Amino acid sequence: MLKLTNIETYYGQIQALKGIHLEVEEGKIVTLLGANGAGKSTTMRTIAGLIKPKRGTVEFLGQNVTGMRPHQLLRKGISLVPEGRAILSTMTVLENLEMGAYHRKDHDVKKDIQNVMKRFPILEERQSQLAGTLSGGQQQMLAIARALLAKPKLLLLDEPSMGLAPLIVAEIFNIIKEIKEDGTTVLLVEQNAKQALKIADYGYVMETGKIIIEGPADDLLKDERIVEAYLGKKKTTV
Amino acid sequence: MLIEQLINGITLGSIYAIVALGFTLVFGVLGIINMAHGEIFMVGAFIGVLTTSVLGWPLWLAFLASIVVTSLLGYLLEIFSLRPLRGKKGVSHLAPLISTIGVSIFLENLSHHMFGAGNKPFRTAFAEIRFEIGSITIYLVQITIFVISVILMVGLSVWLSKTKAGKALRATAENLETASILGVDTKKIITLTVIIASGMGGIAGILVGMAFNSVSPQMGLSMGLKGLAIIILGGMGNVKGAMVGGLILGLSETLLVAYGDSGYRDAIAFIMIILILLIRPQGIFGSKTAEGR
Repeated sequence: MLKLTNIETYYGQIQALKGIHLEVEEGKIVTLLGANGAGKSTTMRTIAGLIKPKRGTVEFLGQNVTGMRPHQLLRKGISLVPEGRAILSTMTVLENLEMGAYHRKDHDVKKDIQNVMKRFPILEERQSQLAGTLSGGQQQMLAIARALLAKPKLLLLDEPSMGLAPLIVAEIFNIIKEIKEDGTTVLLVEQNAKQALKIADYGYVMETGKIIIEGPADDLLKDERIVEAYLGKKKTTV
Repeated sequence: MLIEQLINGITLGSIYAIVALGFTLVFGVLGIINMAHGEIFMVGAFIGVLTTSVLGWPLWLAFLASIVVTSLLGYLLEIFSLRPLRGKKGVSHLAPLISTIGVSIFLENLSHHMFGAGNKPFRTAFAEIRFEIGSITIYLVQITIFVISVILMVGLSVWLSKTKAGKALRATAENLETASILGVDTKKIITLTVIIASGMGGIAGILVGMAFNSVSPQMGLSMGLKGLAIIILGGMGNVKGAMVGGLILGLSETLLVAYGDSGYRDAIAFIMIILILLIRPQGIFGSKTAEGR
């Protein structure tokens, strides 16, 4: 569904991505792991069109979409929930949700917003509140709900568990599983490697702008290099 | 007497509010002060003089002409002096501000050449029509200005809060990147914002011409600075702040002239800036957190 070939992205003179090859199959959850500064978010931003790669191609559904602008990519079916959630804090919860469906011209928007609110009751309860007044976990739910209202084919989630309490993190991961079950493909960036690999089908590990390990998520969970680097060194648990 | 002064103040204040709205919209979306806004306003006033006094057009057509010309100016401003500087590496974030200063100098001197440096009278057919209620005199011009201003302010507020394009504008103003990943064509919204702001400047230009009966190439600068004072007073980028700030300035200027020393009239705006920056630097309606740009 999504295919990155030899992507190189720069911030000014600094090369952030040094030739990324990555593929996401339809209907799967693919996770992108790695330490801070490895280039995970840059990869996501490149896919979403927020940064243009200097070299390489991005293909989506068999079409070359390299260099397209974010709103064009959204129309193709790629929706990004960026790191730090990017809630529109001066707009109400309902307005945030409406903005999620901004590009849609069909008449189901109202119904879909109702459905999303049923799925996230807290959003219905707070619909006329300014989004900036929500807690971190609620903002993350809103960000995901908003992205889903765009009816994406591919959902890009950049560190959805960042800064959230463990209970909320578990809830977020459950939601991601549900999204997959509803037929939306997910590319997930996470620091929380263990939990990410548990729900993912396939995983990539990045280091300083390159992909160093890839494989089915189950294999990666047992991979010694990953266990050591990201899952803690206690081998007794694996 | 007091009621008459209040009416004068509200009339003036609602014009100020419209000028300030143009500033605040552009500031909200682009994060810069459009220093050419005052001059676009001045061009709007001159189009009013040209069409009514010289060509003899009816007032509504003059409004239309002024809106068309100033909107077009806004479009050209965006295309030639703002867009080329946006998102380029190595361009200072102050560059677009300086570029609008250039445009303002250009427009002021252009109108010097075209219309001469002196004041031009702005005569409307109903300038002398007035109503006397008891001891109070109200001019029809004042009512017209007030009604048009209210329509514009209410219209803009409804448009921003209810329509899809208005919400997209607010989203773009809060965070350009977020708006773009939600599917907003931010380039289009920015252009639209500059056009709307400039068109409102044009309307304000005609209204001022009507209110003061005179138009000159220098009027843009002082109005521009007052508009700037108003958005600092009301809160940068805040629509409600621009409206309330405009009314406060209009009323206090009028009351000062009536009951105090008229020599300080133009100083009020700047005294207000000093006070608000000392007491409440984010402005009356501004939020405490700094803008995240």
